[in-house]
Amino acid sequence: MQKLVLLGDEAIAQAAIDAGISGIYAYPGTPSTEITEYIQHSKEAAAKGIKACWTANEKTAMETALGMSYAGKRTMVCMKHVGLNVAADPFINSAITGANGGLIIVSADDPSMHSSQNEQDSRFYGKFALVPILEPSNQQEAYDMVRYGFDLSERFRLPVMLRITTRLAHSRSGIETRQQREQNDVSLPENLRQFVLLPAIARKQYKNLLGQQQALISESETSGLNTYIDGTDKSKGIITTGLAYNYLMENFADRIVPFPVVKIGQYPLPVKLIEKLANECEELLIMEEGMPLVEEQLAGLLHRGIKVRGRLDGTLPRDGELNPNIVAVALGFTDTRGEEIPEIVASRPPSLCVGCPHTDSYLALNEAMESYSKGRVFADIGCYTLAALPPLQSINSCVDMGASITMAKGAADAGLVPAVAVIGDSTFTHSGMTGLLDAVIHNAPITVLILDNSTTGMTGGQSSEAFGRLKDIVTGLGVDPEHIRILKPLRKNHAENVQAIKEELSYEGVSVIIPTRECIQTLNKRMREKFKNKK
Amino acid sequence: MKRDIILAGVGGQGILSIAAIIGTAAVSSGIYVKQAEVHGMSQRGGDVQSNLRLSSAPIASDLIPFGKADMIISVEPMESLRYLPYLSPEGWLITNTTPFVNIPNYPDIEKVMEEIGKVRNHIVLDADQMATDAGSARSANMVILGAASPFLDIPLEILEEAIHSTFKRKGEDIVNMNLNALRIGRQAADAQMSK
Repeated sequence: MQKLVLLGDEAIAQAAIDAGISGIYAYPGTPSTEITEYIQHSKEAAAKGIKACWTANEKTAMETALGMSYAGKRTMVCMKHVGLNVAADPFINSAITGANGGLIIVSADDPSMHSSQNEQDSRFYGKFALVPILEPSNQQEAYDMVRYGFDLSERFRLPVMLRITTRLAHSRSGIETRQQREQNDVSLPENLRQFVLLPAIARKQYKNLLGQQQALISESETSGLNTYIDGTDKSKGIITTGLAYNYLMENFADRIVPFPVVKIGQYPLPVKLIEKLANECEELLIMEEGMPLVEEQLAGLLHRGIKVRGRLDGTLPRDGELNPNIVAVALGFTDTRGEEIPEIVASRPPSLCVGCPHTDSYLALNEAMESYSKGRVFADIGCYTLAALPPLQSINSCVDMGASITMAKGAADAGLVPAVAVIGDSTFTHSGMTGLLDAVIHNAPITVLILDNSTTGMTGGQSSEAFGRLKDIVTGLGVDPEHIRILKPLRKNHAENVQAIKEELSYEGVSVIIPTRECIQTLNKRMREKFKNKK
Repeated sequence: MKRDIILAGVGGQGILSIAAIIGTAAVSSGIYVKQAEVHGMSQRGGDVQSNLRLSSAPIASDLIPFGKADMIISVEPMESLRYLPYLSPEGWLITNTTPFVNIPNYPDIEKVMEEIGKVRNHIVLDADQMATDAGSARSANMVILGAASPFLDIPLEILEEAIHSTFKRKGEDIVNMNLNALRIGRQAADAQMSK
């Protein structure tokens, strides 16, 4: 049993290797990225021939994993919470097809939106799909739950969701690993129509899924991942999910909580444990790292049962991640806040790096747009979204992957001409291509800037599927080659870049401008490696 | 033994290397460690922090509660003040004095130093200058670690071993440069405390 100090993400990755996966598929997204990166950098994984691939988007990742599961091998697919929106179609349907080889979907939520545009809670998706959900409270549990999750998946022939949050994903701690096991051999499902979701088959499969729910509840009650910890003070019973358990413990120096506690780590909810708590205690306090999923179920719309406190009644904040202080206040303890932050401390928002190619692209765009009224630039998800802030203040939207092109088309249809879309190379191949096809077919008067920095920058420089292919893709989608312009975003080219953008803004059809220069971070990293090798 | 440490700075200044070395040293001493890092959007020139918790008993929360941090270790002066609500009344603030100015409204540095001076226990040093004088401008973060080392309850030799194991892939020169920076920082802190 080896002891390693690992990020939560890395513990999941190591566990997947040790549990005998044959492949992992993902699109980078904070806070999930390091799971796949760890396996890509692992010599052990390479020696075992484990496939560790970035995919075009989360949907293709989910479907590839489902294909590997169909063929009988264990596989993991990883994404950030909003990535699950993209993968929702195959995810929900994978519960109907069921799994063959063990299949774990890791969805990494970002409560408090450290690096995201919303704080949706993936547990709702798991519940919606009727699949088991595992939710670790620390790195060791994350490691152990992966092994258990694959067993659970193969036993019930169902996909299993592993739900984590930012603090667990990006926090390091010591973990003990377990003995490695072999990968599965290829073996097809016994019923070769199991994955054919024609209505007649899907109805039968869905009934099977519904029929398994009671057994899944029993599993939640007996697996040991949901625990009842007794307490002497029955004035309230506490239910924690995920990291909330740690924050509760932090508030008791000897780690002994006077109240009975049900610690949740597996769903569907363990009905018997919760029933016992409700029978023994005067009221319930629900502490959830995420949205009030458990609380809503227990409180009910009419509040006719036992008094339930939590995020809905204001005992805890309705939004944001929890921490030891928020939990202390909910328990009625005094706040331990130290000295206030002096007034002179200024906020320091993130910004584009010095030497970033996006800065030069935006400076040219800003100047080219000077003769038009403001509010015409629809942007997308990536480093270049930082141009919403001073000093650039170039963009007017950031909604979801690929929405720049389609929103620009909608605005142009409404009469906002010219309308501009700004999208990164990797975001374009993730979800921008289909929208561009729409625009081409309807000859929408939009100008699309695909900022090609040859990488997936915001998440730390993963490979981009667009690399070296953008011009061909855009041409193939039907954009007039005369209106495809490749620019080099450098200060010395500023005047000619402004001119090129102006020309395309005045064209009443689809133009695609591709400012192409490598991300300054990946360039620096590449140069350091090169220099090191020369030495 | 318990040490709750807030590491502060600006994205790219190397606070995670400080965390990694303290973490490695702690683990090799058989101490429990939890360390929460910041990845993603916030790393792009914004303020960054890491919560590093060391304890001889298992640690519950990844995050340090308000008013409980034993130390704030900062590689940037204004950033050291951002986390004062976490510092315990007996805690130490150890900070670099060289400002990292990437915002138009960076406050007057005199006023920043004045606020730092109000913290009961503080060590301030110009780590950038000290590192440059020692011929290794890029190891200012190790000077800061050296200045924080008297308060860590980890023997200096163990920290040195951790530096060795962290940087050995980069060659002997880099290891020695960082070890040197650590010692310079330690000496400066010892001198300030004996005053």
